[in-house]
Amino acid sequence: MSSPAAVKVIGAFDSPFSHRAEAALRLKGVPYELILEDLRNKSELLLTHNPVHKKVPVLLHGDRPAICESLVIVEYVDEAFQGPLLMPADTLARAAARFWASFMDKECGESMWMALWTDGEAQAAAARETKTNLTLIEGQLPVGKRFFGGDAIGYLDIALGWIAHWMRVFVEISGARLLTEEEHPVLCRWAREYTADETVRQCLPDRDRVIAALTPRKELYISIAKAMAAQR
Amino acid sequence: MAPEKNSSDLVLLDFWVSPFGQRVRIALAEKSLPYEYVEEDLAGKSDRLLQSNPVHKKTPVLLHGGKPVNESLIIVQYLEEAFPDTPSLLPADPYARAQARFWADYVDKKVYDCGARLWKLKGEPQAQARAEMLEILKTLETELGDKEFFGGEHGFGFVDAAFAPFTSWFQSYEKLGEFKVAEVAPKIAAWADRVGKRESVAKSLYSPDKVYDFIGVLKKKYGIE
Repeated sequence: MSSPAAVKVIGAFDSPFSHRAEAALRLKGVPYELILEDLRNKSELLLTHNPVHKKVPVLLHGDRPAICESLVIVEYVDEAFQGPLLMPADTLARAAARFWASFMDKECGESMWMALWTDGEAQAAAARETKTNLTLIEGQLPVGKRFFGGDAIGYLDIALGWIAHWMRVFVEISGARLLTEEEHPVLCRWAREYTADETVRQCLPDRDRVIAALTPRKELYISIAKAMAAQR
Repeated sequence: MAPEKNSSDLVLLDFWVSPFGQRVRIALAEKSLPYEYVEEDLAGKSDRLLQSNPVHKKTPVLLHGGKPVNESLIIVQYLEEAFPDTPSLLPADPYARAQARFWADYVDKKVYDCGARLWKLKGEPQAQARAEMLEILKTLETELGDKEFFGGEHGFGFVDAAFAPFTSWFQSYEKLGEFKVAEVAPKIAAWADRVGKRESVAKSLYSPDKVYDFIGVLKKKYGIE
């Protein structure tokens, strides 16, 4: 029997999207090589393998052309490898998991960003929207279960990992009152469970290191948020 | 084994000219699944729609035994999984499925929004949208290559169903952007002709003239000349 084809991930240490690819592989028990990118100075390797979006993560499995887009990668890893299933078994639950992951990526980003980095009325409005979104997401946690996937981490936990780790980092840097115990106790508990998990921890960047790396970019984040607010 | 769901238990809440709804109509037709079609008035959304999609309040919504599924590509994948004995749009191989999902996502992220900027904007921003639309068409042209369908060996597939509804918008994009799809992306133009003749697509789409008239209605609504 030939040895299994090598798996590589082109990622970035502080990218929540890159984390998704790694978390999926680790939860399935698939060994992989991580190639780290400096996103401010993208390599030929990345641009060659993801010419369409030029982003991380990129999954390389053997000799086949790359698979790109973090959620596409997560589903691929789930289907291509043995190991515990990341997607729920029930068809309606699968549709719901995909819906909420898509909601996270498409609908939540802008308001969360503005809630973190603007001020005044724009910030207040964005914070209200963000809290509504967090409440909706929190409502998807199955009652009495540790994870969105139930007893074990699943696709939606991985997709929402941004909230569990990165959002808490951004909240600390920005000082905004978001994702608090008072307002979202269940989501906060989930965030602690997710980031403490033995497997997931191994591909989460050290919190202090991320804070140190991202704090200098605060002015940039504020200007991006202001541009978003101006367009609304 | 889970009991087979009664396929006539399908209701589609939709809006006639929506390319997103049309994806679902195409998938249902490809799978020969009977369903009840409900036309929603987007100016006065029904309670059923608002309850079924409380987050976005958007069509299409598929109700299966009364349970809602939202987002067109998610609905199509749901149909694949809930009705496994019907003709499939996604191939069996995980790698091919991943590529299909990637390209359907690309169409989803790019085409409608860029097209909307073509009719909403003027001057430099519109020129930028035009340049972007040409880029999108060329990228899709490269992906299609010499294949008959985006689905390749699989035949008419997930990406074809995702992109086909936009073929009835090509004429509008051409008028607004002053270009010809046949010149910018001849393989895409040929593909558009081919899919247009496919029964599932032909019966789901409206004529390009009707789409152009609809854009006129939208422009009036947004106060754009």
